[in-house]
Amino acid sequence: MPIRTAAFAAFCLTAIFAHAAPGPMGFDDARHLLARTGFGPNDAEVRDFAGLTREQAVARLLRDARTVPLTPAPAWVGDTAPLRYPPPDTATFEERRAFRQQQTRLGIDLRAWWMQEMLVTPSPLTERMTLFWHNHFVSSQQKVRFARLMYAQNATLRAHALGSFATLLRAASKEPAMLVYLDVAQSRKGQPNENFAREVMELFTLGEGQYTEQDIKEAARAFTGWSLDRDTGSYLFRPGLHDRGVKTVLGSSGRFDGDAVLDLILARPQTSTFIVGKLWREFVAADPDRREVERIAQIFRGRDYDVKAALQALFLSDAFWAADNRGMLVKSPVELVVGTLRQLEVVPGAAMPFAVVAAGMGQNLFSPPNVKGWPGGEAWINSNTLLVRKQFLDRLARMGDAPAAMLPAAADTSPPRESEGDATSIDMRSPASGLPPLSAADDDKLRAQRFAAAVDRGLRNVRFDAVQWVARRPGATPAAKQKSAQALLLPLPPLAPDSPEGDGDALAFVRATLLDPAYQLK
Amino acid sequence: MMNRRAFLQAAATWPLARAASIPIALAGTAEVAIAAAPAASGYRRLLVLVELKGGNDGLNTLIPYADPAYYALRPKIAIARDQVVQLSDRVGLHPALAPLAAIWEDGRLAVLQGVGYPEPNLSHFRSIEIWDTASRSEQYLQDGWLTRAFATQPVPPTFAADGVIVGSSDLGPLAGGGTRAIALADTEQFLRRARLAQPGTAPRNKALAHILKVEGDIVQAASHLAGRTAFATPFPADAFGNAIRTACQIIANPSGVAAIRVTLSGFDTHANQPATQARLLAQVANGLQALKGALVEIGKWEDTLVLTYAEFGRRPKENQNNGTDHGTANVHFALGGRVTGGLYGGAPDLSRLSADGNPAHALDFRDVYATVLDRWWSVDSRAALGQRHAPVPFLPA
Repeated sequence: MPIRTAAFAAFCLTAIFAHAAPGPMGFDDARHLLARTGFGPNDAEVRDFAGLTREQAVARLLRDARTVPLTPAPAWVGDTAPLRYPPPDTATFEERRAFRQQQTRLGIDLRAWWMQEMLVTPSPLTERMTLFWHNHFVSSQQKVRFARLMYAQNATLRAHALGSFATLLRAASKEPAMLVYLDVAQSRKGQPNENFAREVMELFTLGEGQYTEQDIKEAARAFTGWSLDRDTGSYLFRPGLHDRGVKTVLGSSGRFDGDAVLDLILARPQTSTFIVGKLWREFVAADPDRREVERIAQIFRGRDYDVKAALQALFLSDAFWAADNRGMLVKSPVELVVGTLRQLEVVPGAAMPFAVVAAGMGQNLFSPPNVKGWPGGEAWINSNTLLVRKQFLDRLARMGDAPAAMLPAAADTSPPRESEGDATSIDMRSPASGLPPLSAADDDKLRAQRFAAAVDRGLRNVRFDAVQWVARRPGATPAAKQKSAQALLLPLPPLAPDSPEGDGDALAFVRATLLDPAYQLK
Repeated sequence: MMNRRAFLQAAATWPLARAASIPIALAGTAEVAIAAAPAASGYRRLLVLVELKGGNDGLNTLIPYADPAYYALRPKIAIARDQVVQLSDRVGLHPALAPLAAIWEDGRLAVLQGVGYPEPNLSHFRSIEIWDTASRSEQYLQDGWLTRAFATQPVPPTFAADGVIVGSSDLGPLAGGGTRAIALADTEQFLRRARLAQPGTAPRNKALAHILKVEGDIVQAASHLAGRTAFATPFPADAFGNAIRTACQIIANPSGVAAIRVTLSGFDTHANQPATQARLLAQVANGLQALKGALVEIGKWEDTLVLTYAEFGRRPKENQNNGTDHGTANVHFALGGRVTGGLYGGAPDLSRLSADGNPAHALDFRDVYATVLDRWWSVDSRAALGQRHAPVPFLPA
């Protein structure tokens, strides 16, 4: 009997170890981990992780996650001036225009700042999670207007990005940007605005079908009194606007305030399941495995909503490493742009043009399309956005060739014009698009043209030489160098392996690899 | 036996025979076929969907100016009776929609009142999903309603694309597998970029298969959309005008598309609605007027149906911020050279609002879709929509 027990134990141990792959990960696993949890890694980063076990690597990623940005914030984020729009009744057209232009400029500063941080951060996971929460606790500068509120929200999301989801939910809900974006600041006793109450349940915690319309109406009453002090730009509770009556939310009754409603929501196990399901789609696969999601959700709520605990379980799940799940998630525009620059070790002159390029691919930082955020996945790729992606990659690959001749017109970086007319959107057209010159009276469009030109100048300052980059790859022969370049750049074998072998044209090889459909995947 | 002269006379008074027979009867004489301009059938008839994104406020679009309840519900944002462009002794258009009056007088503007669905959802995303997929309130469908229609009866493969989405990257009614949907902001930019597409084979996973399909769609569309038509009609120099201009470039191309969707955003007017909505409705009216002008110019007004839609209407009672919150039943427009103009559906009964302050719908949006499928394209709406919906007589049977 003892022998059989020992044999069984040995069998189990063997099974566990085989399962957990205790040895060093090797290049492909390290590449997969870094590409999925960060931005496209460069060769040195992959080799640095390749010698670790999966457990060691995941532990290191989580341990080294930053909570503050490396890049200094624009100076204006510390402004303390009251948040005032030009009064609609008395302000002149010029005053209103000046206000819009000012906030637009600051919004562009802010996008460039975040893009810069993503390009240089030693903690890509932090930025990926900040971006994840930006797309979860959505607000948009198009409605919030004041760029400094968008910055403050971004700092909060980053501070708690890998901390406690419960803390993050409470903090994000009271962020001034959120109070404005979902109209809590305009809600009052007797006239509750249901916008935030609805979205906090539908999108931030429980998911659709887990609450009733009546829960929303009652919760909206509880959130009354949450307000924004426009003199300081901070959250302020206004007792006079708060509905102190009894509410019934999710089956409980009491004189709830907003925090109490958030506690009721956090007490629901469904909240952990909903968040883990979303993390699964972000990091593992498009279709969540329900049993695995529930297993990890139990860990998540058992650890008081510790995001690191959930990510650790997720990154060490079988599904995360499964061969069938590799190379089957679509890179977001920001992942494509930042990852490409990081993998190719491009030194960008300025980050702003790349924020505009990502916007052109459908991801305008600080301006998600609606409160549901960017839908992501295959929805990133349609006939318009795929061509913007390819054009950017083509342009980059050919930069070392004949820079001036190869640069397409500025209009080619223009993002989709979904939000035209909005003061804070990055939005541009130029006569080069084939349309007649724009009316001189159209202030927004003139600014857009100037902006397009600035993007073009910015991209002209980028230096990248594909031939030299391939020459720096490990490998004894040009063919070996191309092989290691491909192993770094593509998660799958190329679809169109039409690049010349041997000492063929390195530039043509890089271009073909970047334009390969498989390069859109991670 | 009918002689040639008698045949032509008969054909002239019988559009269907004309369409079906002339190319056969006069095979080889292309000039005659073109001169006779045979009426289009099937997917040669174009559908232009206009999305008023954010949920346009229908009650200030078609104003029940004779109803005291309207003015009682909206003390601050109501449109004054003397501002209304009157269509009947009860209702009239927002003054910014005045450019549509000519189409109304021409009998080619149908005003669809109280369009909605049972158990309305007030979330932007869910409700537009319901509209785009033509689902019931509690039903979750993956494919857009046009995608399902095109699966029921395929668009000819010679078309440049099944449908084109202009100026937006979400595919809405064209979402889902199978459909050849092209999203573009303008055609010339699209053609320049299309040179980078590379269709492939042997997709190894779902995401990759999707990318390869899009590559193939681009190559096909680009091979057809070259060429540029110079319109005499001026297009407004705003976002919507640009989208209409691009749509007209696509429509003018002889290879054809079955459907085009243009979008104008910004209708989610929770605060300070009057100025915003007036600006947006003016863009809509001027854009639609330009669209009609351009379609007449190229002889396609008769073969085009324009239909507006939005995720929902807005609540009749104004809010505290000079705006309106998410509502339910809404007013929409159908216009085109074959539309039977007039008022359809029923105006919302403002004296009988639900507990949350919204009116019941009078016309199911899927009845409107069924009208498009059955009467415009002769596609079996029951097969495409999954159940029977009664067409609305704004198109002749």
